[in-house]
Amino acid sequence: MARAAVLGRLSWRVGTVIELRDETPTARTIVLDVPGWPGHAAGQHVDLRLTAPDGYSTERSYSIASAADGDRLELTVEPIPDGEVSPYLAGVLASGDQLELRGPVGGWFVWRPGTADPVFLVAGGSGLVPLMAMIRARDLTGDESPFRLVYSVRDPASILYADELRRRAHDDHGLNVTCAYTRMAPPGSPRPAGRIDASLLIAAGWPPDRRPAVFVCGPTGFVEAAANLLVDIGHDPRRVKTERFGSTGGSP
Amino acid sequence: MSQLPLDGNALAGPLSEVFRIDVTTAIGECAHCRRSGPIAQAVVYANAPGMIARCPSCDGVVLRLVRNSGRAWLDLRGLICLQLAIPDSPAESAPGD
Repeated sequence: MARAAVLGRLSWRVGTVIELRDETPTARTIVLDVPGWPGHAAGQHVDLRLTAPDGYSTERSYSIASAADGDRLELTVEPIPDGEVSPYLAGVLASGDQLELRGPVGGWFVWRPGTADPVFLVAGGSGLVPLMAMIRARDLTGDESPFRLVYSVRDPASILYADELRRRAHDDHGLNVTCAYTRMAPPGSPRPAGRIDASLLIAAGWPPDRRPAVFVCGPTGFVEAAANLLVDIGHDPRRVKTERFGSTGGSP
Repeated sequence: MSQLPLDGNALAGPLSEVFRIDVTTAIGECAHCRRSGPIAQAVVYANAPGMIARCPSCDGVVLRLVRNSGRAWLDLRGLICLQLAIPDSPAESAPGD
């Protein structure tokens, strides 16, 4: 009885790769068919388990990029040089291959439709992935919460979902997208290349008195810097949710 | 092997093997500095033997999870208290298992 109440092992499922989509010269999206997938909230992730022929097995977390859509699940992977798993996922994995996965997991870094609070998304590099799931879920559910995205990215060629973001910035009513380039800004860019700063977060985000729900995702250094800036400009630390990933292919 | 830390969000999967509820959304009180915050915000080192979660404020170890040989070891001595959101619900019928 006690065991039934406490233990709830989330079982591993097998997903089949049904499509692979290059997003940038390095990153690609893996579209999986996962029979019996229970659905997920935007921002959640899955753990992937890869097992080598010799039995060695390793697990990594990846954010879900897609909004809940039946048995279909999309992950976007940016390979990390010398990574153990991400170069395989981003380069070797082929259509028809199977992957073991567990999820959805993580109930904290999650946006759910229906709150009406303004939402401020701050992405660094491939930290865009779970935030894109939120943008997609907002559209799919017809939610009208106003969204603003600040996306810090190395250069224009590194933008994930570039066409879709451009289209959504135009078509999704109430979604505002600002790209900030760290290495090379395109000609005519209103802002020179550089790291995000307080003035950008003030200009492109919501003022703290609108009490936005803030989601920050990216590499550890980016997340720490952005979260500190957000608190410095007056955002309530309790409303700033962060998800960071390390250097060797961890979450997301 | 050096690796930048992850955060408590990365514990969601491994802890789901132990608990039915999502512990990463729970508010934990650090036994070292008494800071309270969601487990999702802990600083997590995943390349130690197992996973080690540290308090983002004082760096004290709040949680350790080691899996090996069909067993899990969960060390929670760095947490004084875990506050969990569990909606009140009518008593569940729980037939013996």
